[in-house]
Amino acid sequence: MAVKNFVVGLFDDEAVLFPAVKKVRNAGYKLHDVYTPFPVHGLDHAMGLRETSLHTAGFIYGITGTTTALGFMSWVFNVDWPLNIGGKPHFPLPAFIPITFELTVLFAAVGMVMTFCYLCQLMPGVKKHIFHPRQTDDKFVMAIELTEKTNAEEVKRFLKDAGAHDINEQRAEAGWWYGRFDKDDADIHAYPANA
Amino acid sequence: MSLKYESTLREPLVDGVKDYHQVTEDIISPIEGKPGKLWYVGFFISLLLLGFGAFSVFWQIYFGVGVWNLNKTIGWGWDITNFVWWVGIGHAGTLISAILLLFRQGWRTGVNRAAEAMTIFAVMCAGQFPIIHMGRVWMAFFILPYPNTRGPVWVNFNSPLLWDVFAISTYFTVSLLFWYSGLIPDFATIRDRAKTKLRKLLYGVASFGWTGSTKHWQRHEALSLVLAGLSTPLVLSVHTIVSFDFATSVIPGWHTTIFPPYFVAGAIFSGFAMVQTLLIITRKILHLEEYITLGHMEAMNKVIVLTGSVVGCAYLTELFMAWYGANPYEFATFFKYRAAGPLGWSYWIMMTCNVISPQVFWFRKMRRSVAVTFVMSIIVNIGMWFERFVIICTSLYRDYLPSSWSYYRPSWPEVGFYMGTFGLFFTCYFLFAKYFPVIAVAEIKSILKTSGENFKEGMEKYEGKTAEEFSHAVHHEHAH
Repeated sequence: MAVKNFVVGLFDDEAVLFPAVKKVRNAGYKLHDVYTPFPVHGLDHAMGLRETSLHTAGFIYGITGTTTALGFMSWVFNVDWPLNIGGKPHFPLPAFIPITFELTVLFAAVGMVMTFCYLCQLMPGVKKHIFHPRQTDDKFVMAIELTEKTNAEEVKRFLKDAGAHDINEQRAEAGWWYGRFDKDDADIHAYPANA
Repeated sequence: MSLKYESTLREPLVDGVKDYHQVTEDIISPIEGKPGKLWYVGFFISLLLLGFGAFSVFWQIYFGVGVWNLNKTIGWGWDITNFVWWVGIGHAGTLISAILLLFRQGWRTGVNRAAEAMTIFAVMCAGQFPIIHMGRVWMAFFILPYPNTRGPVWVNFNSPLLWDVFAISTYFTVSLLFWYSGLIPDFATIRDRAKTKLRKLLYGVASFGWTGSTKHWQRHEALSLVLAGLSTPLVLSVHTIVSFDFATSVIPGWHTTIFPPYFVAGAIFSGFAMVQTLLIITRKILHLEEYITLGHMEAMNKVIVLTGSVVGCAYLTELFMAWYGANPYEFATFFKYRAAGPLGWSYWIMMTCNVISPQVFWFRKMRRSVAVTFVMSIIVNIGMWFERFVIICTSLYRDYLPSSWSYYRPSWPEVGFYMGTFGLFFTCYFLFAKYFPVIAVAEIKSILKTSGENFKEGMEKYEGKTAEEFSHAVHHEHAH
């Protein structure tokens, strides 16, 4: 990713945030993201984000688990080492159900969590820019990306009218990097905010 | 005001005057301060128990499984009793976190984090027993189907004991993932308000770089919902499979089709009792009475009286079938050696603790009494321990051959091992209560404006309105 310029505004209430998101989109500003301390239902639709396909991924992982379990047990009992266990059949489907079910769940859960971490770039040691320390506490933080076509002062006024406060300009890395949260990041602070 | 509202007839889930920041303060500040004296006392006792347990296990591994009082007739005793008991306790956590999420029960948010932690610690304790009980514990990896140089000879996929291996390990993994994915945003909250460098570093690592981005929340919600959907049949399957360990055998008293639902109901019953024990102490010590309210305890007590009665029905059904089935061996097991005979006392402890005493929860006053709930939670757990003991030992100690009839009392390494798992459980729980947010901070915030006491005040004027009128009134207020 790249280092970009942002205008950042804080909102106290989700009831003010929703109309503000609408206004920003209508005005055509580049809405980088809205950071909230908890999942605000409907905000993703208001921002025009598409639905996540994580469910579909989960389904595919689950099916993989089912076939792995059934295929493996059938192969072991019929091909690799056909063992007579108390005269029972070599393909005892009812007896295969518990393990098949467990592996379906296991594959789906592990696969989904890993996909979730991959998509959201979440890992121990990953560092991201935090626009405001209270975005994980009680403030709703809106970051608007500045392009050549936008004027920072205009965006600030716009956000103020939309109900934001503590509006400021920040220059920051928009993606993630390896780092520690107890260390300040020299590369980002090296750039003056309005360079 | 909020765009949604909940009927004022429903009791608030968060008491007192709260805003988002106050929620963060209330739940996270205990993590940032020094723990109280009680915490150190409790933690030290837990460590002592854990040490004694480790010594007992060492003793058993060093001298062999013969130091336990198990014998040819009673091959499963305290070890498997304790295994089933601990696994059962875990079930309430998943029920609260998964099934109640699917049922949209708002009250789960106050208790789910601690209950899920309890699940994970309980399953950790449970897993010790079958592994140590194998005797040659260094061979434990033989239970896994891995390519080996002995053929390869594979495990027996027909065996319920192997199903158990898959069920318990899947259950542990999925519960852990579910729990941790919920913790990530809350760790980020601790990280962003951390004053010390060490805390910022550690919670920075633990929070995986969470920012609270809307897209990430959208995925997080989808993940929680699907994990809940997966965990719901999973939790039912786990105790079902545990019951298969018994039900697929041909021992009178074990060989019954009623076992899966009966075990699952019993598991939820004992799990809720353990949640009550833990949360009554936690809310008191961490001053979280406004988040874990009497309403939460009442809701859980209703589950206890329901599942306790289901279990009671199962006991009576078993007795009826033993008589009606006209199998003399099964009749003898139930009526001569379980309800009577040398181990008959354990059956009546089970009946009293599980079926008779929980009936006090039909009374609202009792459901909402902290003292009664605490005492009952202990009684239920004792009763459920005896249920497993009764099922296992009273079915075994009088078998087909009177010359091999036996009696069973545990030796000190068996008791010590059990005590040790209490040590492990409470050591983990004390560390959790100190370093983790014991209540899901983000989830409480998401229900605060509909279910918080101060947000519910003044909502009566909307109660009689239709949906259109309500939405009109809300938009009217927002316009100003």
